[in-house]
This record gives sequence, structure tokens and C-alpha cells, in this order.
Amino acid sequence: MQLKIQYYALMREQAGRSEETIETSSVTPADLYGELTARYGFTLAREQLKVAVNSEFSEWSRRLAAGDAVVFIPPVAGG
Amino acid sequence: MRFRFTQTAIDTIEARRELLDLGAGGYVSFEGWVRDHNEGQEVTRLEYEAFQELAVKEGERIVADALRRFPVKHALCIHRIGSLALSDMAVWVGVSSAHRGEAFDACRFIIDEVKHRVPIWKKEHYRSGDSGWVNCERCAAAPSHTHEHEHEHEHRDEPAASHT
Repeated sequence: MQLKIQYYALMREQAGRSEETIETSSVTPADLYGELTARYGFTLAREQLKVAVNSEFSEWSRRLAAGDAVVFIPPVAGG
Repeated sequence: MRFRFTQTAIDTIEARRELLDLGAGGYVSFEGWVRDHNEGQEVTRLEYEAFQELAVKEGERIVADALRRFPVKHALCIHRIGSLALSDMAVWVGVSSAHRGEAFDACRFIIDEVKHRVPIWKKEHYRSGDSGWVNCERCAAAPSHTHEHEHEHEHRDEPAASHT
């Protein structure tokens, strides 16, 4: 299925892009993070991140659907 | 909107006006400024970026939480994004209320929660020419601190990290 991925901050720099549409067989955000880490060498462990699907925080075990927009959220530092 | 972003300097005079209320006896504000050092490094400037769609929702939820928890009149938070110089204002929180106590409490609550929950990131540029994403680079270099870091993010009663 196709998913839209957006990258921010450190992950944007490591992926070398701010967004992309990918074809994947990953079923959950957790699977997807593993797949993309193998591709881009992300240095953050999944336990350090949160994930959002369609602009709302999500569980890592959620079943993704075609067309979902996924954003991995590195440790935040506002203020 | 009780939480919003701006790419230009925060207009505190205008923001304060949004808090006016005939029943308010005063207001409390907090300004977060870009300082010249962090964790032993000399900082020369900062870049902020945000996942705005979710950040605005989460920011609105924080202000709504504050209005539920504390008997205040109005509250507003404005966060700047983009490239900031030393002493620039990165964030502003304002709360008006009948009495000062709850205004101080609500203001503190909002800035602490924003630091912990809202998807905003900052990259520090150092005098040395190096740069780094705050809260990201060190964790990545030292995975053994993962748990400690997670702890900081999950427990809301802890004081906010002093990264402003």
C-alpha cells in the first residue's frame, strides 16, 4: 500500500527529505519505522519517538491503511 | 485560536489585548528568550520547526486543560518558528484572571506542558561551528539514556527542562 511520510528535525536531515510517498508492506507504524531505519539509518531508537497518523498521536501497533499520513516525532524541545 | 505559531516577532502588545476582561484583576505572562549558552556550549542562534497541524491541536488542548484546571479568564500561547537570534523571544504565554494566584499557576502549567508535549524542535548553532537538535543528538549517541529521557517526557509533574 502507499503511505505518505513526513520528516521533521533530526529525522528530516537523516532522511535527506521532508516528505515522500512510499510503497510498503509494513502493517504498523512500528514495522514502518524499522523499514525506514534500515533505509536511512535513523539514529533514534523507536522508544524515544512518538508517532502520529493523519495528524493525531497514534499507538505504534495501529494497523495502517492505504493513504495514511505518518509522522515520526523525535523528542520535542519547544519553548 | 488560543495556541498559534508566527514566523515573525511575537507582538506581545497585541497578544495581551486578547486577554482583556472586565472581570480580570490582572494578567501574568511568560516570555522564553534565546540565550547564549546551553549545556556547556556557546549558542549563537536557534532554528525552530514544528509539525504545525498536530502542534496547534496539542497546544489548544493544553490551553483548554489550563482553563479547566484553574479559574482564569483567558489564556493564550504564541510560539515562534524559523531562525532566531540571541535574545529573540521564542515563546509567549499570557493568562488573565480575577486574582493573581491562579494566573501564575496557569501560566506555569501552560509553558511546562508546551515544552513536554507539543511537536516543536530546535536546532542550536554553536560558536564552535557545530550544531545540534536539542534532546535528540545526545540521546542518539547514548541509547542507555533512553529510559531516563522517556521518563522526562511522560511525567508531567516534573519541572520542564531548562532549554528555553
